[in-house]
Amino acid sequence: MIEINDLYKGFHNKPVLEGVNLAIQKGETVVIIGRSGCGKSVLLKHIIGLLKPDKGQLLIDGEDITAYPKDKLNQLRQRFGMLFQGAALFDSMTVAENVGLGLSEHTEMTEGQIREIAAEKLKMVGLVGVEDLKPAELSGGMKKRVGLARAIAMNPEFILYDEPTTGLDPIMADAINDLVINLRNTLKITSIAVTHDMASAYKIADRIAMLYKGKIIFAGTPEETKNSDNPVVQQFIQGRSQGPIPTLE
Amino acid sequence: MAILIKNLLINLPSALTHVSLVTEQMLIMGVNSLPLVVFTSIFTGGVSAVQAAYQFSDYIPMRYLGTAVGKAVVIELGPVLTALVVVGRVCASITAELGTMKVTEQIDAMETLALDPVKYLVVPRFVAGFVMLPVLVLFSDFVAILGGLAVSVFFLGISSYTFLNGLKMFFHLSDVFGGLLKAFVFGSIIAIVGCYQGFRTEGGAEGVGRSTTRAVVLASVLVLISDYIIASLLFG
Repeated sequence: MIEINDLYKGFHNKPVLEGVNLAIQKGETVVIIGRSGCGKSVLLKHIIGLLKPDKGQLLIDGEDITAYPKDKLNQLRQRFGMLFQGAALFDSMTVAENVGLGLSEHTEMTEGQIREIAAEKLKMVGLVGVEDLKPAELSGGMKKRVGLARAIAMNPEFILYDEPTTGLDPIMADAINDLVINLRNTLKITSIAVTHDMASAYKIADRIAMLYKGKIIFAGTPEETKNSDNPVVQQFIQGRSQGPIPTLE
Repeated sequence: MAILIKNLLINLPSALTHVSLVTEQMLIMGVNSLPLVVFTSIFTGGVSAVQAAYQFSDYIPMRYLGTAVGKAVVIELGPVLTALVVVGRVCASITAELGTMKVTEQIDAMETLALDPVKYLVVPRFVAGFVMLPVLVLFSDFVAILGGLAVSVFFLGISSYTFLNGLKMFFHLSDVFGGLLKAFVFGSIIAIVGCYQGFRTEGGAEGVGRSTTRAVVLASVLVLISDYIIASLLFG
């Protein structure tokens, strides 16, 4: 279980997170929605310890990770997988090396075993025969899939998705949504996704939480989200320029 | 930068477990820089012979030309010019590569895989810089002296016997070691500055360009400052 308690973070004196509170149950998929630049990715990076909060607690299975030393944080990270917005594949490595990197560093597996697992994970995300390609040879959708294969290579308990469908065509976006659902159903992974793609949010989420002005202003099932009487939530999910959310920042 | 250097020193033993990464960087920084270093060194030696001959004219016998070229190359020109060539070629490339990794979240991705970027990216580059710059300087010294010899023989009318005799006359092995000491320091500076500027890159392609420029300027200045300090300590 992940609990975020009263989390604050700012950059260059500009507050981004101003008291975020959210709890994510084991096996649940929570989608965090909000405008671009509202701090969704910043929140995600706190959960995996890439950023330290200015104030507040982040509990993973009851333990506050904000004060974890580097080695303990690295142990914890082996329980996580993360899919980055641009996939963040290592340019200098092949697809198989990208997917198997965590395994080669943290296990005693042979190169052959790692390659086998990489191929298996790539197959899970619908990619076959791409092991020896370099990231530059892949399309955007394929890169995301490889990023996803890398995220699940170590059989994580938690997966964090940063804008999993951004920049993809609608068909590829839906294929990624199906993969996220499939991973939750087959591997029972706890998932947190940040997105502003509402079609994706409705499809993959058990719960949707909205981040606005540095706080979670709403959390509920996709149905509750659609029926929310919060004008901010309604403006966002309907994609209207008129309403309480200003278009000028 | 102090934090980076501290983490680098703590993680230095990891070079033994990531030998392939270290050798890959040695190839990039050392072997691939060799043609450029050799090319520039020929002219470095040649110009030092021409300049020395001009300054000697009328009051210093030309039999000391080999001495002047040898000393200038081994103590100063070999290490400093090689370092400046490597700054332009390697330091810029380290910053551009790591800077691009930073802005495309590849370094964050590495951390999420519980891999330490210092161990994985900085240590191999530091070891490669520390080891390969002295090797390049040895090549540079040798080729520059040959360049000086060629110019002396073909353009200044000095026999190879006179030049080489002058070279041997005041040759001290300690001069070579002094030059190599500089090379160890310069190699470390190039790798650390390149990595540091890469890691602090922000703001997309423009940020990568800014960091690369900063890295080249900072590394060049630090090479020249440390050159003065080492020269003062060893030869002052």
